[in-house]
Amino acid sequence: MTSPALLLQVNGETRRVLVPGQTRLSTVLRDELGLTGTKIGCDAGDCGACTVQIDGVQACACLVPVAQAAGHAVTTVEGLAATPMGAALQRAFLHHGAAQCGICTPGMLMAASELLAAEARPEEAAVAAALGGVLCRCTGYRKIVEAVCDAHRFLGGGPEPRAPWAGCAVGERLPRADGPAKVTGTDRFGADAAPDGALWLRAVRSPYPRARFAFGDWAPLLARHPGLARVLTAADVPGRNGFGIYPDIKDQPVFAEGEVRYRGDCLCALVGDRAALEAIRTEELPIAWTQLAPVTLEDALGGEPVQPRWPDNVLTTGRVVSGDAEAALRTSRHSAAIEIETGFVEHAYIEPEAGWARRVGDRIEVFACTQAPYMDLEEVAGVLGLPQAAVRIIPSACGGGFGGKLDVSIQPMLAIAAWLLHRPVRAVLPRGESMASSTKRHPARIAARAGCDAAGRLTSFAFEGLYETGAYASWGPTVAGRVPVHAMGPYRVPAVAARARAIFTNNPPAGAFRGFGVPQAAIAQEALWDRLADAAGLDRLEFRALNALRAGDGTATGQRLEHSVGLVECLDALRPRWRALRAAAAAANAQADAEGGRRRHGVGIGCMWYGIGNTGMSNPSTMRLTLGPDGLVFHNGAVDIGQGSTTALLQIAADALGLPVAAFRLVLGDTDLTADAGKTSASRQTFVSGRAAAEAGQALRQAILLRANAGPEARLALRDGRLLVDGRPVGLETPLEGIGRFDPPTRPLDADGQGIPYATYGFAAQLAALSVDLDLGTVHLQRIVAAHDVGRAINPTLVEGQIQGGIAQGIGLALMEEYLPGRTENLHDYLIPTIGDVPEIECLLIEAREPLGPFGAKGIGEPALVATAPAILSAIRDATGASLTRIPALPHRILEALHR
Amino acid sequence: MPAYHRPTCLREALDLLAAVPAMQPLAGGTDIYPARAAAEAWLQPRDRPLLDLSALPGMAGIAERPDHHRIGAGTRWATIRDAGLPPWFDGLRGAAAWIGGRQVQSRATLGGNLCNASPAADGAPPLLALGAELELACREGRRRLPLSSFLLGNRRTALAPGEIMTAVIVPKPGRGATARFDKLGSRAFLVISLVSVAVVIEAEAGRITRARIAIGACSAVPQRLPALEADLAGLPLGLAAAVPEPAHLAPLAPIDDVRASAAYRRHAALVLLRRALAPSLAGAAA
Repeated sequence: MTSPALLLQVNGETRRVLVPGQTRLSTVLRDELGLTGTKIGCDAGDCGACTVQIDGVQACACLVPVAQAAGHAVTTVEGLAATPMGAALQRAFLHHGAAQCGICTPGMLMAASELLAAEARPEEAAVAAALGGVLCRCTGYRKIVEAVCDAHRFLGGGPEPRAPWAGCAVGERLPRADGPAKVTGTDRFGADAAPDGALWLRAVRSPYPRARFAFGDWAPLLARHPGLARVLTAADVPGRNGFGIYPDIKDQPVFAEGEVRYRGDCLCALVGDRAALEAIRTEELPIAWTQLAPVTLEDALGGEPVQPRWPDNVLTTGRVVSGDAEAALRTSRHSAAIEIETGFVEHAYIEPEAGWARRVGDRIEVFACTQAPYMDLEEVAGVLGLPQAAVRIIPSACGGGFGGKLDVSIQPMLAIAAWLLHRPVRAVLPRGESMASSTKRHPARIAARAGCDAAGRLTSFAFEGLYETGAYASWGPTVAGRVPVHAMGPYRVPAVAARARAIFTNNPPAGAFRGFGVPQAAIAQEALWDRLADAAGLDRLEFRALNALRAGDGTATGQRLEHSVGLVECLDALRPRWRALRAAAAAANAQADAEGGRRRHGVGIGCMWYGIGNTGMSNPSTMRLTLGPDGLVFHNGAVDIGQGSTTALLQIAADALGLPVAAFRLVLGDTDLTADAGKTSASRQTFVSGRAAAEAGQALRQAILLRANAGPEARLALRDGRLLVDGRPVGLETPLEGIGRFDPPTRPLDADGQGIPYATYGFAAQLAALSVDLDLGTVHLQRIVAAHDVGRAINPTLVEGQIQGGIAQGIGLALMEEYLPGRTENLHDYLIPTIGDVPEIECLLIEAREPLGPFGAKGIGEPALVATAPAILSAIRDATGASLTRIPALPHRILEALHR
Repeated sequence: MPAYHRPTCLREALDLLAAVPAMQPLAGGTDIYPARAAAEAWLQPRDRPLLDLSALPGMAGIAERPDHHRIGAGTRWATIRDAGLPPWFDGLRGAAAWIGGRQVQSRATLGGNLCNASPAADGAPPLLALGAELELACREGRRRLPLSSFLLGNRRTALAPGEIMTAVIVPKPGRGATARFDKLGSRAFLVISLVSVAVVIEAEAGRITRARIAIGACSAVPQRLPALEADLAGLPLGLAAAVPEPAHLAPLAPIDDVRASAAYRRHAALVLLRRALAPSLAGAAA
């Protein structure tokens, strides 16, 4: 069928397109017109990333047949700056740090600019209503609201962007170095670019949690679809048909061999032209299935093995034992016990997995969204059977990760396809496939007990956690190792017995998700403290302050914490808010009592600690600076997935070197051009790569001073490409280099979990104030106050962005998020917080300097989330007495708990 | 890609539909495209041809007649949300402001919401409570059908092969009519109802002359509650909130699903109902 030409008015230009009229407008904008600033997150109107304006009114471009847009004025992010308010909004976003990963940013901007065209100085409620249809997984929305409310101030320029003097960048609220591309729609995410002539790849995935399968003859399918170039199965994998996080556990096959182990497991892949792939129906595929009874967490222990290598379905056991916890519990004046259960949680990054691969001679290049380029490199080399030097990974802009893009997804199969076909091959996962196939947060079943003496001092803590690790190992060993170290929280507990086991089932692989199992443990641990505090007759905050770790204390792993233990300062900062919020809640409850109101107010508290970097394992980072005729270049291999490491590391390197950030050119991520910085996980980039960046800056400074024969206090300047040292020019014909490397000092844990698992820890305490509708079980969050010891805030705006975004995910974990395979594989059945679900958040930054860290800094990425759910659940208990044992605290569960 | 037609007159649309009965009418696209995305993710491309109704003249807009309002089936939710309408439309307008996000409200249509026939369709309860009728066109002519007879089940309607919904007819209620809509979901925006409640109350001199009440998302088809309506008639407005009892919910048949348990839905329906009948509405009506 030939399609009539359609005339579109896009950003003021008339564009002629020849596509079927029902083609999604989003597809036409991106694929026909090259306007890839419009992002696609779900193709279902659930996420709003593709929001454009049609005649000035916001619409999801993924839901609009292009024929309906013909003859109307379409505005995309590429056309936003044409209006003064659009340009002002972009500047406001940069100033306020409203863009993190940037994948939702174009949609946010287009939705907000509709509002601002009608109302230049909107109230917060109007902003929320206007942006309610765009999901953001990074920011927690608060800085977006601020930017939109504030946009009018940026008409005609607004406040000058900060350009600190040399040596003064650390501590400054610099706008993101990679921000302009994010607010103009020019950043390149995984789906935004591919080499010309790239074929497409579609994975074929199991609809069953467990089944055996056999392939029949592919020839009829290939004959029926001439555009189908090749079908790839396990037999086609040139190297090892397996990948996985640990060098000795490559248990997840690229293409399954005879058995699939979860709904979403990959059997084979179809490679060909896009139209051909889109026409292929699952029932055409020659696959004979034999369904098998899936192994669930109920029957995993003692049941059939999910993988033969682990006959008992126990992947790993982690334990920490110090003292005699049982004996101490028996003699404790007060004791408490709790059992809780949490579900799978989906990362719900708004950018589904996407990228391309191409063969360049005897090398392979992979461009994809990732948190760990060097791990991708190792996996791709492994499955292709190539030396690592033959692999180049080019990270795309990463539209959210949160741990979910640490494991490879499409990279191995793209690489295999491109290698075998000698053609570039690209893939973009549909939202449903992304959710079905990707890793999740581990569901946990936790039983914990604790005791304290009459004065409220903790005596003992016992913890038993079953963590469902799903079909493949992924990060299960990391979770099982990290949980027992953290399970008692940031407190002095003389006797500890903590065990966590990662258990295989026929569910999606549970992997890394912001906190590696610690958020689940914190829910149990903090609930116990509330009970013990009540039993001992202590205020809940004071109970925590009494028991809080302090510098000089030992931990349950036998580590003495010498520096940077800022929990007491966090609690001190919270105390006045705690008292005020408690008083306000009591007054509101008294009024409700008097008036027969059905809302009960409460205030809760949660504390956390989090070891920065890998657990008792080497995790180095290397950073490199060069200075030569082509200027000052920062070769930074740390992937910025939105958290801001590109900017923070630049601030660190700049101050260590003694030149302003504007002097630097950035080379980021590409494994051919940057050294291994390690993965963006474990909250490690600011601490580990930041320290490496500081070392690199100092090394280059030393080299400069040596060449200039100058003293340590010399002032550096770069003017028009010329280096000046104390005003005197220094030749750069021979380039200079500074390399910095840092590997945090740790000592592996022994069989009892004794050792030095982490070089430093982040600490935090958060308050949540909320009300509960006693009739409906619904929760209304009023305010969250978060006090975080970050060592040193390299960039306070970025740190606050991490805290607010982590809190939003904590809200989701506490109140709404639960992934059910086969049932919530989209973003309207799987609910994450919207702009209306995140209350006002006050961030209090505590800076207990870490001597090992760059300028005293440690990490914030995961600490941001851990304390939130415990604080919310504590507040629900405070308001109603209801103690939730099944998380999330959905309204019906709260009502059940109320009536228990 | 399946065939696609975008006729510019109703006659042409009806002819196309008669020629290809499998053709799927498309209005705002906000249900059809998500369903396609879900299917395509599992290699199940949809090949039903599409009949885009958005270019048909006279399908959108709200017109007042002596005894009713006529709302074109192609009227978008944003239009209803922002329209200046009499108070008995407050429920429908409330629903309009809550359907998806603004992006969906700006494209999705009233007719599409009803034809999609989701048990949780927010458009249905307010219109059931208003006693709305639908205008359905086919090549032979037009017919009217009460909404209550149109909705047959989960995703099932009485739309006959070859028919297109052209308008929703909302009869004007008696004097002093007010309306309210409330829904319960698990987050602030972009939320599918766990329970929705629509109430239209007519009152004179502080007494209810007629109450019409509908509940959504608690049965395959949103339901009116005739027993409750009968019990409310004649009562002082101030007493209305105390009237609903569990027995009044007999027409409901809620299910357990990923969003809530059946028991919770039944309970929440009663709570929302009592609140919808609470004095502030009475005060407004008095």
